[in-house]
This record gives sequence, C-alpha cells and structure tokens, in this order.
Amino acid sequence: MNIVVDLNRCQAYAQCAFLAPEVFELHGEEALLYVPAVPEDQQERVHRAAVACPVQAILVGGAAGADVR
Amino acid sequence: MSGELRDGRIVVVGASLAGLRAAETLRDEGFEGSLTLVGDEPHPPYDRPPLSKQVLLGRVPATGTGLPARRPVDAQWKLGVAATGVDGIGKRVFLANGEEVPYDRLLIATGTRARPWPNPAEAALDGVFALRTSDDAAGLAERLDAGPRRVLVIGAGFTGSEIASACRERDIPVTVVERGPAPLVGALGGTLAAVAAEMHRRHGVDLRCGVQVTSLEGDGRLTGARLSDGSTVEADVAVVALGAVRNTEWLAESGLAAGPRGVTCDAGCRAFNMYGIVTDDVFVAGDVARFPHPLFGYQLIALEHWGNAVAQAEVAAHNMVSAGPFRRPHLAVPTFWSSQFGHNIKSVGVPTYSDQVVVAQGSLREARLVVVYGYKGRITAAVSVNRAKWLDYYQNLIETAAPFPPEPGAADRTAPMIPLPSDVPDPAVLSHGPTVALTGHLPDRRLTLVRPGG
Repeated sequence: MNIVVDLNRCQAYAQCAFLAPEVFELHGEEALLYVPAVPEDQQERVHRAAVACPVQAILVGGAAGADVR
Repeated sequence: MSGELRDGRIVVVGASLAGLRAAETLRDEGFEGSLTLVGDEPHPPYDRPPLSKQVLLGRVPATGTGLPARRPVDAQWKLGVAATGVDGIGKRVFLANGEEVPYDRLLIATGTRARPWPNPAEAALDGVFALRTSDDAAGLAERLDAGPRRVLVIGAGFTGSEIASACRERDIPVTVVERGPAPLVGALGGTLAAVAAEMHRRHGVDLRCGVQVTSLEGDGRLTGARLSDGSTVEADVAVVALGAVRNTEWLAESGLAAGPRGVTCDAGCRAFNMYGIVTDDVFVAGDVARFPHPLFGYQLIALEHWGNAVAQAEVAAHNMVSAGPFRRPHLAVPTFWSSQFGHNIKSVGVPTYSDQVVVAQGSLREARLVVVYGYKGRITAAVSVNRAKWLDYYQNLIETAAPFPPEPGAADRTAPMIPLPSDVPDPAVLSHGPTVALTGHLPDRRLTLVRPGG
C-alpha cells in the first residue's frame, strides 16, 4: 500500500500525525513528512488518517504500475 | 463520449506523475481501447518531491516513494525505454529499442530532467550528483550517510535549498553557491529571497551569492571547486542544482511546436504543430507543456509543479476522449510548496508575474508571513511561510482578479500596507531555474504600433 499527500492541500491540521505517528510527522510548524510505502502494520492507522484528514489530502492506493509486465 | 473516442489506441509517453494520472483518468472516463505507457526510467511511477526531503534525511529509502494508484489502468507498460521520435503522419512513436508503437491519439508527458553541469569531464568526477530521479537520490543519500566532509550545492533554487537544508539537519557542512543575489529569488522575488537567505545563514549554511562555480576540481574523485571571485571550496560531494531542461529533443523531427521552452499547446492541452496550427490527436501535460493561462494575460507558461502535473493530466485525458464542445480548458491556479530549514513555503498564483508585493500578514523578522504579489493593480500571487491556512483566501482573490494591494480584512493589522517592488530578476542571471517559466511577454513590454499622422 502506498500513499501520497497533496501538500498543496495540506494545512497542517495534523490529524494524521496523531492517528499514525510512525507514518506522518510534522517537521517544524507545518511541513508534513510521511512514509510513502506504508508498512503492513500501519495500514489500518493510515486508512483512519486518510478518512480523518479535514482537507482530504491523503490518497491511499495499491502501488501504481503493479501490473507492469 | 462517442463510440469512436471510447475505442482506439492511446499512447502516453512519460510514465511519471502526469502520465499515470492521465492513464487513470482515461479509464475513469470510459476509454476502453488499448493504452500504452512508455517511460525511460525502469521504475513504475514514483513521487519526486520526497527525494529532496524524506530520502535525503534518511527516513525513507530512495526506492520507497512509489505512487499510489487511483484505479487499475489495464495498460501495457514499456518502462526503461525512451521514446526517440514521432511520425505524425503515420501515427507511430519510435522507441530506443527499435520498436514502433502505433497510436490514434498521443499524450506527451515527458517532463524535465536536471540541467547537467556544463563540463562533462568535471561532471563525471566521483562525488558529483544531480537530483531528479530516484537513482540520483539513492546515490546522493548513500554519500550523505557516509558523512562527507563538506557538500557543495550549486544553485539555490528550491531543490538546491532543500538539499542544503537536509544536509544541515544531518549536521553536514554545506556551501551553497548561487550566481543570483539570493536563494529562491528567481521564483519568489527579492522580499522573500531575503528571508530565504536568512534561513540558510541561521542554519549554518556557508551561503555565497553573486558568484559562480567556474570549475570542479579533482582527479577521478571530487576534491573541491573554484569560484569566480578567486576563492576555492573544499568538498567531497557536489550537487548540481541548476534547474531543469525540458525533454523535447525526441520531438525535433515531429513537426510539433516543441523546443527548449516546452511543447506548446492550447488551453485544452492540444499540441500545436510548428506552423501554429492545433493538432487533434496529440496532447501535452505536465512539466513539458507550455500553455496559455487567462489569469496571466494568456501568456504561455510552463510549470514545474506537482499539482499542475496532476490537474493538467486530468484535463488532457478528459479532452482526449471528449468531442469538441465537451472539452474543458486547463484553468487551475498554479500552486506549489517547498519545505526547508523547518519552514513550510507555499505559493498560489504566479509570483514572477508581478511588479509589486506587500507583506499582508506576519513579518519578515519572524519568518512567518504571507506576501501578496500584484501586477498593475491586480493580485496575481500569494506566498506563505508557515501560514498555509491563509492561502485559500488569497487564491479566491487571485481567481476573481481582486485589486492590489488587498483590501483591509486580508491583513492582520490596521496600518496601511506599503507596496514594495517585487524585484524579480531576469532568469538569465541566476544559477537556479525559476520553476515557473513565463515564456511569452509581459503585457507592458509589448511593442506599440505607431500610426503616422494619428
């Protein structure tokens, strides 16, 4: 499972950093750093973070190009 | 969608963010024909912004920035092979491995690459890097892990500044050399460039502006650099951050309006041919596109922005499967972000399309502020440093062509705002690229036709 955060949209409400602190972290006051390839044991937390994001900036999905042959 | 547009063969050249989102949008809108994605890198689509941040900080491996899919695309992927040309009459794309891929409609999303160091022998020294691809980031991150004595960053645009920031956070000594007067000046103008310079210095960067690197020194392995003021810098790693070059060379024989400034297209992402006639079957999206924007005088602009790659890809894909009157224009207001030295810099509009600025909120001193840009009495951009929540408000003012300076209510003080010159330099004097290339002319710099006897 991969994520990407639309950081144009992100306004540092930090809900994600509370719900999945091993994946999302505020760097300084409002710069968000995150782990794009979500570890298996964090997936449930990341799903919750994506739903909770007030500006809906977190996109969750399978790895793009997984069907590369 | 008519049946004809739902079927057929679509080829997308460029398998990064824009190519991927276009492919997904095509399927979302009901395209049922064959879809081929061609990419010169061997990796499936990955996200580039983390490469100069999480990856260089050592928190995420360079191979770990893969993009999530929005939906399955049921495409044939040709990765690790570059496109080398297009035959617009026979409607086929030529690949570097000799293969030919026929198309009914083509999307060009080949983006940009890092501008290389001009001296190839010096560029080949061990320890000299650029930063654009995940392979670049892997190599550079490995060197930073090894604890270099000093890193030299050539060019203080966003990428160069983010690299310097990551190094300082890891306590690695850094020298930044920029030919222009200050970091980020090409994208943000003089007022915020002064804030950026202060951020560099406060975090211990050895920042040298107004000079350039004249040569990289070393015998097989980089040992340092010589600067135009006669001084030298000892460094075992150098990162060339001189901006981007658009990947259009492969279109030289295509008959399309493609050149160093990008591939010119209309507001609906349809490419122009070299006679300035719009094509019906070739579309462009992302960093490589050069398109007219109504908010900025219909000037042709090219944006090296993550958000533009996504938005323009969606419009291009929609238009590839929609008949004339159902096509949409690409009108999104340009936006971007950068994080460096613990600060979050965000922008809406086009800051270089300006003649004046005001500090509308906060102050330069606390490096927590919103700067609003105006052009001929109209708001054209706003940039925040650690005040992102305010930008939506200014985006609305930009979209509605609100007067500059902004009315009270847009400010956190009662004293009148004093406009300053926006101080955007000629990009030719800078080491770093501007990331927004205004490739037409500002309206007040047009020639005036003089009518004799009038």
